[in-house]
Amino acid sequence: MASPRDSRSILPGFGLSLGFTLAYLGLIVLVPLSAAFIRTAGMSWHDFVVAVASPRVIAAYRLSFGASLAAGFVNMVFGLVVAWVLVRYSFPGKRIVDALVDLPFALPTAVAGIALTSLYSPHGWIGRWLVPLGFKVAFTWTGVFVALTFIGLPFVVRTVQPVLQELEPEIEEASSTLGASRIQTVTRILLPELMPSLLTGFALAFARALGEYGSVVFISGNMPMKTEIVPLLIITKLEQYDYRGATAIAVVMLVSSFVLLLLINLLQKWSRRYHAI
Amino acid sequence: MSIEAHGIRKKFGAYTALDGVDLNVPQGKLVALLGPSGSGKTTLLRIIAGLEFPDPGSGRVLFHGEDVTDVPAGKRRVGFVFQHYALFKHMSVFENVAFGLRVRKRSHRPTNASIAERAHRLLELVQLDGLAGRYPSQLSGGERQRVALARALAVEPKVLLLDEPFGALDARVRKDLRRWLRRFHDEIQLTTIFVTHDQEEALEIADEVVIMNKAHVEQVGTPQQVYDKPASPFVYQFLGNVNVLRAPALAGSLRRGLRPDEPAPDGQIFVRPHDIEVTPHDAGGSGLSAIVRHIHAAGPQARLLVEQVQTREHVEVEISRSELTDLNLRVNDLIRLRLRQTHSFDEDYAI
Repeated sequence: MASPRDSRSILPGFGLSLGFTLAYLGLIVLVPLSAAFIRTAGMSWHDFVVAVASPRVIAAYRLSFGASLAAGFVNMVFGLVVAWVLVRYSFPGKRIVDALVDLPFALPTAVAGIALTSLYSPHGWIGRWLVPLGFKVAFTWTGVFVALTFIGLPFVVRTVQPVLQELEPEIEEASSTLGASRIQTVTRILLPELMPSLLTGFALAFARALGEYGSVVFISGNMPMKTEIVPLLIITKLEQYDYRGATAIAVVMLVSSFVLLLLINLLQKWSRRYHAI
Repeated sequence: MSIEAHGIRKKFGAYTALDGVDLNVPQGKLVALLGPSGSGKTTLLRIIAGLEFPDPGSGRVLFHGEDVTDVPAGKRRVGFVFQHYALFKHMSVFENVAFGLRVRKRSHRPTNASIAERAHRLLELVQLDGLAGRYPSQLSGGERQRVALARALAVEPKVLLLDEPFGALDARVRKDLRRWLRRFHDEIQLTTIFVTHDQEEALEIADEVVIMNKAHVEQVGTPQQVYDKPASPFVYQFLGNVNVLRAPALAGSLRRGLRPDEPAPDGQIFVRPHDIEVTPHDAGGSGLSAIVRHIHAAGPQARLLVEQVQTREHVEVEISRSELTDLNLRVNDLIRLRLRQTHSFDEDYAI
């Protein structure tokens, strides 16, 4: 392996920009995160296990990861559909629809949570019709899932859209002159070409959902063992001055989300293996 | 298989791409659609492929006498090669070539073994068998274009259509590849149409050239026919360098050199640079007096830019290097020009 010094780059400033990047990431990301680890390191092993593996906490992990993954998947599918419609068709009001997609980014999450809760509560506009049918959304797992889907949508749309725009129409034409049906063209040509960006969108939506707090606490009802998400549990512990318990849970969340994101990254790398050299 | 198109019209909004175009390509020929950009040649090719459809009720496309106007691209059995290759980036070279066979209905699909055999045979044919496992991003432009060709041939097309197949390649590769295409065509004898805006390319390899301009076909013929007997000023100018002289300039001194059916005095005379003879001015005789303004002697032929004394029109002349040496020309020398062969189109025919 040649060191960067051996192979001279014509782009100047490698040392400076790398130094800056590392210092910046260290200050903004690593220092706060390592504080969590340092706090936790002061605990005995027994205390740690009690803090992170009590039944109430386990239930919260299950809800947070389960609902976030489900929301990520749903967003991947429907985000693709939205991006497809926005790129491929022109219709009146397209720009407005395009702007609507970003709304979940801009809205304070608490506002979104209150709006969703009032819609889906048993007396709300939508809940009023769903509850008699046996669908309870507000204050259940479904409610958490709905809130997380809402906030995650823009990620998939905004990552897929530019890639879809760049796809040459000739690729689809080539596929059709070779005798492929429309469905074959979509599944064998378009989806594989879009897969890396879909995975990126999924990872972003999933990560966002995992950390989401504001919009969920209103609609979930926060019942321990049932609809309590991990970020809420951490806040609860903090309010009880149980700083160590809170950071211990945070460490578990950190490590497991890191592993999950790493896996998604590997999958993404595999899906773009043809981008050789 | 022969290809015919009758009365094809195509509009994109207010823009007319094809205005009643007829085309007839006999079985097994290599035909060039030649024209400047915007002449409608690519649209015509895409209509033949079924990627575009003629305006309703305007015309018909026939393959071997059979009407295919409403048949979709996938059912026409055409091999189409795109200017920018349009390879499937996420598939290896081998999978690209095999794609057309893999997407067939189960009942028509060859076995995996015979798909592999056919794909490798095609890759051998385009001299790329060693690269079967590579991805398109690892290939050069010329290699990609040959993969695209192999992919198009895999479905055993009855017609091969190439849209500016060499347009995205550099000059050297382009020349090699077009000669290769000619030999390749002689081997497989597949009716082939290719679109190009490069007259040299069309004249060099096509059996027949269809020259298009502004949504119309200007002329159809063998390369020699269209070069020697251009049907219109456009064709004449498009097929090579040309000097356009106003006829009054030729009055007097030059008239003797022209045939009796010379054009009206206000018409234009077309003459190619290599059809002009240069003699020293003091040698006397007939001819246009002109002054040498620039001598460009790098290359197989020497090119002179001269200015007519009478009209101040600039004329380009091509003479051999040895003639240049014999004449011992310098810039600002006075010379005489004699036109060996001229064309005029005032009455719609060539002189």
